[in-house]
Parts: sequence; structure tokens; C-alpha cells
Amino acid sequence: MNSETRNDRLSLSFSRRFGPELATVLTGIPALVVAGMFGWILADILYHGLTQFSWAFLTSAPEDAGRQGGISTILVSTLMILGITLIIVVPVSLATAVELAERRSRSVRFDRLVRRSLDVLAACPSIVFGLFGNAFFCVYLKMGYSILAGGLTLACMVLPLLIRTSEQAIRAVPDEYRHAAASLGLSRWTTLFRIVLPAALPAMAAGLVLSIGRALSETAALIFTSGYVTRSPESLFDSGRAMSVHIYDLAMNVPGGNPRAYATAATLLIVLLVINGIAVRLTRIAGLTLNPSLEKNH
Amino acid sequence: MIQVESLSVFYGERVAVQNATLIAPSGTITAIVGPSGCGKSSFLAALNRMTDLIPGARTEGTVRIHGQNTYGDDISPALLRRSIGMIFQKANPFPLSIRQNLQLALREHGVRQRPELESRTEAALRDVGLWDEVKDRLDQPALRLSGGQQQRLCIARAIILEPRVLLMDEPCSALDPIASAHVESLIQSFKGRYTILIVTHNLAQARRLADHLAVFWYEGEAGRIIEQGNATELFDNPQHPTVAAYLAGQRG
Repeated sequence: MNSETRNDRLSLSFSRRFGPELATVLTGIPALVVAGMFGWILADILYHGLTQFSWAFLTSAPEDAGRQGGISTILVSTLMILGITLIIVVPVSLATAVELAERRSRSVRFDRLVRRSLDVLAACPSIVFGLFGNAFFCVYLKMGYSILAGGLTLACMVLPLLIRTSEQAIRAVPDEYRHAAASLGLSRWTTLFRIVLPAALPAMAAGLVLSIGRALSETAALIFTSGYVTRSPESLFDSGRAMSVHIYDLAMNVPGGNPRAYATAATLLIVLLVINGIAVRLTRIAGLTLNPSLEKNH
Repeated sequence: MIQVESLSVFYGERVAVQNATLIAPSGTITAIVGPSGCGKSSFLAALNRMTDLIPGARTEGTVRIHGQNTYGDDISPALLRRSIGMIFQKANPFPLSIRQNLQLALREHGVRQRPELESRTEAALRDVGLWDEVKDRLDQPALRLSGGQQQRLCIARAIILEPRVLLMDEPCSALDPIASAHVESLIQSFKGRYTILIVTHNLAQARRLADHLAVFWYEGEAGRIIEQGNATELFDNPQHPTVAAYLAGQRG
């Protein structure tokens, strides 16, 4: 017997004896650490934030560089930026996803080009989108620091994520539906709008909700594009401050701004948790519409 | 009447069906049997040009359905498929209500009057024996129905367009014996009314249903019809040794 096989036997018996317990410990501890970190952050923000939190905080304008007052104008700016983003991102991603998932006579090369581009864009750090948005929208297109420039920049950033999730949602619709539709002589238009897209809708909505979450929590891309100004924007060409930028500014640049930063962070966190909850619900509904047999188990 | 002459189906370089010739007289049931992967489904799909949906698929030969050339230049596949009902192995109702499943195609093809839509819905559901089971829940999701009910709904969805031909690709193979018997007697009741081509792996079913039998087998990679004829005669007195062994349950 050479030493190698003996070692194999030893390690085999070791893993037999301690395998299950060791595996539990090795995988359990990291999982606990992750959950613990999330819990810590959540508890810290809510503990510090909710003491400041009130209806008045949401409905009054910031004063004294944000140390006093509330975040009403910040909320308005955030919603306007998000609105612009959604107006651009929803139709563009829907059309691209349909094109990628449903076109029959496809050029493999073109598809690969589009997918590569999406993957690279999705992996880009948001600060790069911020610089691009600043150079292109603010300077080249002369929008200046504005809600519009910020919304468009966020749209560019969120687009790859939303296209990919929508494409997967459309692909997940079983081919049986398309075959049935074709055998009935339904047009591709009817098949798409009456059957495929409605079936894909919950999963696409879940992707949209995740994208909204990503847009809401974005700071770097907005500092360079929609700016810092805390007053309420009067038009899309006004500068405005998003919630995440407000948190950043209060925490980093305003001495004594921490309490209000915590309160804003708590607000944002609650919104994101709600959005996440919606996403989970929608994903579950998506699973049900595509696999109705699961329904009995719930 | 379905006349197929020297039909070949290709997937890229691969030949799925080679030189299939078959005639199915109006109002008869033709059973297509043979082992898996010998081109039966491809043959069926080529008749209503479902093969158009598969990238890289192409066909040769001629198919005439009631005298009309399926692959003629002036034929719109959508119009063609409207006059040829197709039933799939796995019941595939749309994730819509029972009513919408039946009326979506009708509306698309120009029936807009509510009374006509409703009366044709009822007629189609009665034809497949589903009316009494679902008349009080037409607006419920079709996917809540049982497997057998879903398959009968799919048949209703096909015949509501008043096709003259029904192509059935193993319509009973995913059903339990009771639902299968139900669908089978339904197909039996369609004899004389539609020209039916049915692919089946169930030889007993083929014997019960078919007027005409076509046996597919592979020669090399490609599927061919190796023997066909009157179903009773063929079952009783097959000429081809492979067919004899297959029909006797010794092969395939």
C-alpha cells in the first residue's frame, strides 16, 4: 500500500466521521455572519433614525443645511428623478427584452453583441455612469445639474438589469403557449400582447421593483448629474437632491447632521424593504401563473 | 382530404422525415404509429407549417389539404392554421379564463358579436362534453381544470374555429386512463365530421380508432412510412416484417 491511498482512506474516514457536523459549522457560521450584519445595520439605522422620525419630518423642508426640518423637498426631487428614469426605462427595456427573447430569425452575432454590452454595462461602477451622465447630459446636451440629467443617467444605469430580468421573464413563458397560439393562427402581435407578456408580467414587475430599489439607493451617479440643491425643483431642468445624496451630504459634509442623516436613511430603508417585499410577492405570483400546479401547496 | 406527396422534413442537415406519401380521405381517422424519434411529430407539424416556427427547419414535397397547396406561394400560414386544428401531447390552455381561451382566436378572426361568441363557445364546449362541467365557471382560469378537462378544452379551442382537419399529436399520452378514455371516445365521435390524423403510441387505441394506419420507422437517421393501408387489414395481415413484429408487440 503506498502512502497516497492511505491518505485517501484517512481523509475519507475523517470526512465520514466529521463530515455532516463540519459542513454544518462551515456553512452555518458565514450564513449567520451575513444575517447578523444585516440585522446590525438595520437595528442601528432604525434605532437612531426612528427617534427623529415623524410625519412632520416627511412633510417639511430641510433647514440649516439639513440639520433641522424635514426632507419634503428631497422626497419630491427623488420621486421626480425616479419618474424620469421609469418613463425612459420601461418602454426601452420592454422593447429590447422582446427583441432578444422573441425574435425568430435571429442573428447570433447581433444578439451576442447586445448581451455583451448589457453585461459590461451592468458591471460598470455607478461612478462611471455619473461621470458619463455629467459629460453627456449635463455638459454636452447642456442640461446642467438637473432632475432630467439625473433621471436619464439613472435610466442608463438601471437599463441593463431591467432588460436582463425582463428577457428572462419572457423566456420563462413556456413554448407550449406559443405553439398553441400559432396553431390557432393568432398573429404574433396577439400572441405577444395577449398571452406571452401577461404571463411574463409578474416576473417583469419583480425585476422593475428591484430596479427601482437600485435607482433609489444610488448616490454616486446622482452627485454629478442632479446636484445638491435642497430646495424643491420647479421644473425638470432644476437641480434637486435625492435621498441617498442627502444622506451622504449630511453624514460627510455637515457637522451635526448625523441625526437627520439617520432619519433619512431609516426612511429610505423602510421604502426599500417595502419594495423588496413587493418584489418577493410578485415573484411568487409569477411562479404561480407559470406553474399553476404549485397553487395547491400554498 | 389530405394528400401528402414525397414530403421530407429537414432540421439543418438532419433529415427527420424522408419521402412520406400519404392520403387521408375526408372524414376518416388515420393513425400514425411507430417508435419515438422516427419523425411522426415532424410529419404532423409540417402539414400545418408549424415547422416554420423551428429555426433551421425546411420541407420538400407537396401537401394538399382539400385541394389547397399548403406550401403554395399565396398561402398565409395563419389562415392555413385556422382551418387545421392541432392538439398537442401536453394540454396547453392559455393562462387565461376558460371563456377567453375559446374566444381569443374567434375575436382575432373577426367574430365580434357577443351572441355569436357565446353561442359558439357553448357549442364547442358541448361538443367536447365539457359544458355541464364548466358552464358556471367560464371566467375562472383554465389552468384550474384537471388535466383531462384541459385537454378537452384545447380540443374545443381548436374546433371552435370550424376546421375541417384535426392534427393530434399523442393527445392522450399525458392523461390518466379514465381521462384518456374520455378523450378517445370524443375523437371517435368526430369520425365523419373532421379528417383526423392522430399520432399515438398506444396500438390498442390505434386499432380502436383508425380507419387507416401508417407505420413510421427509421431507415438510417431518417423517418419513413414503411407500410400503410386500411387499419383492419394492416393489423391482421402486415406485409413488412418489422411492421408485423411491431404490431404484434414484439418490437418498438
